[in-house]
Amino acid sequence: MLHNDHKLPDLAPPISTTGLVGWARQNLFDTWLNSILTVVVGYFLITTLGPMLNWAFLDADFFGDSKDSCTSDGACWVFVTVRINQFIYGFYPESELWRINIMFAAFAVLIAALVIERTPHRGWIALFTLTLFPIISFYLLYGDAFGLEKVETHKWGGLMLTLVLAVVGIVAALPIGILLALGRRSEMAVARSFCTIFIEVWRGVPLISVLFMASVMFPLFVPEEMNLDKLLRALIGIVMFQSAYMAEVIRGGLQAIPKGQYEAAEAMGLSYWKSMGLIILPQALKIVIPGIVNTFIALFKDTSLVLIIGLFDILATMQAAITDPAWPRVSTEGYVFVAFVFWIFCFSMSRYSQSLERKLSTGHR
Amino acid sequence: MPENNKHSANSKPSFWNDPEKRSILFQILMVGAVILFILYIINNTMHNLETRGISTGFGFLSQNAGFDILLTLIPFDATYSFGRTFVVGLLNTLLVSFLGVICATILGFMLGIARLSHNWLIRKVATVYVEIFRNIPLLLQIFFWYFAVLQLLPSPKQSIELGGGTYLNVRGLYVPEPIAESGFGWVAIAFFASLIASVFLVRWAKKRLDETGNFFPAYWASLGLVVGVCLVTFLLAGSPMTLEYPELKGFNFQGGISIIPELSALLLALTIYTAAFIAEIVRSGIEAVDHGQTEAASALGLPRSRTLRLIVIPQAMRVVIPPLTSQYLNLIKNSSLATAIGYPDLVSVFAGTTLNQTGQAIEVIAMTMAVYLSISLLVSMFMNWYNKRMALVER
Repeated sequence: MLHNDHKLPDLAPPISTTGLVGWARQNLFDTWLNSILTVVVGYFLITTLGPMLNWAFLDADFFGDSKDSCTSDGACWVFVTVRINQFIYGFYPESELWRINIMFAAFAVLIAALVIERTPHRGWIALFTLTLFPIISFYLLYGDAFGLEKVETHKWGGLMLTLVLAVVGIVAALPIGILLALGRRSEMAVARSFCTIFIEVWRGVPLISVLFMASVMFPLFVPEEMNLDKLLRALIGIVMFQSAYMAEVIRGGLQAIPKGQYEAAEAMGLSYWKSMGLIILPQALKIVIPGIVNTFIALFKDTSLVLIIGLFDILATMQAAITDPAWPRVSTEGYVFVAFVFWIFCFSMSRYSQSLERKLSTGHR
Repeated sequence: MPENNKHSANSKPSFWNDPEKRSILFQILMVGAVILFILYIINNTMHNLETRGISTGFGFLSQNAGFDILLTLIPFDATYSFGRTFVVGLLNTLLVSFLGVICATILGFMLGIARLSHNWLIRKVATVYVEIFRNIPLLLQIFFWYFAVLQLLPSPKQSIELGGGTYLNVRGLYVPEPIAESGFGWVAIAFFASLIASVFLVRWAKKRLDETGNFFPAYWASLGLVVGVCLVTFLLAGSPMTLEYPELKGFNFQGGISIIPELSALLLALTIYTAAFIAEIVRSGIEAVDHGQTEAASALGLPRSRTLRLIVIPQAMRVVIPPLTSQYLNLIKNSSLATAIGYPDLVSVFAGTTLNQTGQAIEVIAMTMAVYLSISLLVSMFMNWYNKRMALVER
């Protein structure tokens, strides 16, 4: 019996399957159709990306103090850098900007503490962020108390207003959304139908019509002597709209909790509110955090609609700024800047929600 | 619970501890609270309307509107009524939504499949597209296309000629308009007749495939049938159609079909934005199809294109349809952003101009919301029906 004990050493793989050439063959030119696509798309990218990069960076002017500083033919970022305060703070009085900065810093610290997993007492921090922090921020921004100067809401604007609208929208919509979701799953027919109608009506109409309604109909709904602030009206509209979406997200979480948990809570003799508050909601809310972040992203983008009822968020501020005759033809720069701000926020949030989803999906199944 | 034990002989719990009675009480209280709240609002509203001298009711709908609308699908001018503005706005909303749904679906499916392509470059381009466009507010995208791109186009005198009598300038896109002459009815009849014939052809082909296993390319054949029959009738009837070309007269083009920049900007933004979401839905739908299905298909010797078309996509559709429906609904609702650039949709014309002219806030907003609500309900009803038809039938 022929028996060969020593193996020949493995041959190196053919040169055409390794290295850059092999990679390109496998991933770019594996069939003739793919080769054509690669060449066409590659040509298209080179011809468009090059001039775009040139325009945005190489040929662009970044610093200066007026339109005359823009001497090259690229982007005129001077427009943005000169007016950056307006885009971030709106028309907030210059001497009071420190108040917004404190709020921004505190908010950033809180969010960082909530995102980083090793922070101790995250539950308490979350509770603080959702309850006390909005109240403190309100007094900080609005003033008229604790010796702070009053700043009327019509002076609020820019990125700060965008954040206020989005954060208040989500913080206030959360408890209402929880109640609506519980109501929609309730055994009481009246509660169920009220909640279902409320949710479906708000989800079925566009946010613009809600904002229109908030700006023209709310003043009719309240007694004559009560004067609802424009920002407050918009906020009420946004919160009602958002709570309907929030309710659906939370309902998804409630449905994902196994029936055994409900039955076990009942068997322990817990009342409805105790079993919901101590057993079901803590689990359900944890599952739906990615969903809540996703609704927050949607809301964050949707806050730009308030420009239609005359509030000056970052997009509206930009829209007003680009019509300034002192700065002709900067609309592209303006929109690109605002798009970049929104994109940074939304993209990082969506990445966070995706990583959370991955983490939660391994633990609970 | 010692108190309860004392009364254990009496099996009836106290009123407050009986869940059924308690729930009835709760519900009565709830209805009462809601009714009180509504009465309070109605009372306030009536009082406010009275002090402002606004009369309620839908009488204003028959009054003379007195303003013009940029784009109308049905005849309209300043002498028509406010009720007519409602219809004009609604039709414009439906127009842009319909076009948007079609374009976004095509682009979205292409991108979704591209995200799973074997080609690295295509895959990356599609990913970058999705991540950029779904993270930028739609309103900003609409503004960008309208103010930063379309407003920079040349004036009518320096129009860009796209060939075939098509012109592009700051006032819009001008394309030749086909005008039917007498005898075109025959072509229409031929079209419908061949369409009905193709339905029978497809049915016959499916029956034959089921019975004998012989494949007949029924879809290509019916396409050929429809095109061929229409073409032959068209020629036999003596080509009863002429193209009306747009011509530069004075300061603007006359004749042809003009597509206003508001419509183009809105359509572009809606398509690009929604396609990014649809791409993600399509990608996750295709990924949800079990890999064994693809492997089984290649074991049967099906080429990749037919595996995708016959095996993967039909199964992916089941996962795709529910979220796709909500994207369509989002698109329809988002089309209301038209008001920001002045495309005359329902919100812009009716909840904007008509509301400002008449002051009938409650009636106008209620009608507008009712329209969107009914569209939402109709679309979800249709999609539920379709979903049921497509659902997996377990054997």
